Amino acid sequence: MANPIRIRAAARDGVTEVRVLMSHVMETGQRKDASGAVIPAHFITELTVRHNDRVVLSAEFGPSVSANPYLAFKFNGGAKGDRVEVSWIDNKGDTRSDEVQIA
Amino acid sequence: MDHQRRDTLKAGGGLGVFGLLVAAGVIKPELAQAAWNAQAFEARSLEAAFGALGAGKPAASDGVLITSPDIAENGAVVPVGVVSNIPGTEYIAIMVEKNPYMLAASFIIPEGTVAELQTRVKMSQTSDVHALVKANGKFYTSRKEVKVTLGGCGG
Repeated sequence: MANPIRIRAAARDGVTEVRVLMSHVMETGQRKDASGAVIPAHFITELTVRHNDRVVLSAEFGPSVSANPYLAFKFNGGAKGDRVEVSWIDNKGDTRSDEVQIA
Repeated sequence: MDHQRRDTLKAGGGLGVFGLLVAAGVIKPELAQAAWNAQAFEARSLEAAFGALGAGKPAASDGVLITSPDIAENGAVVPVGVVSNIPGTEYIAIMVEKNPYMLAASFIIPEGTVAELQTRVKMSQTSDVHALVKANGKFYTSRKEVKVTLGGCGG
């Protein structure tokens, strides 16, 4: 199981700003280890952000996204106490899902 | 013994479980195809990536802004932001032209979500960063060069 996703969600003037920091190696499959063997690719492929079960952003990632991916975006609406849930799946089938309440 | 499961598998035949679910209407075909766009992410050229995303030849637009440093000291972590001022923006993709696989990330922007986002990408070397935007069924693009002091893709 991967480490928790760090999520910040703050509502202001009718807009909710969401900032997400995921914990993931995002290995490209291009690198080699000390013995010359290729380190297999291991990266998040799909990400979904929900606000009270409504999808507000869905994303697909390739290996060019930095390790421990960061993402910030805004959606209209959202009130203090509403749920924001972030979930991802990687190319090995690992998944992680976490949620916060909007501050 | 789980007879029901056996019957279900038999009924599925060569279709496979996924095909069976589609056939049974549990999963809609659109959903089945919504999985990760391998063709686009494995594209080795900008044209191929545009093609795999159905963008063809997107029009250059001032309405798409890329915010990133002009010079990135560490290619492993380059902050990139995209703002689309084009009304009806429904899709944003970020590409790094000189990376081995140039498509870094793509985002579906549902109604109610602001067409503005920030993330961080790896850059193997100095390169143009491209943003591709889909709005009202049409594709737009813009680019910005980012100089990289230390590449972030190699070993």
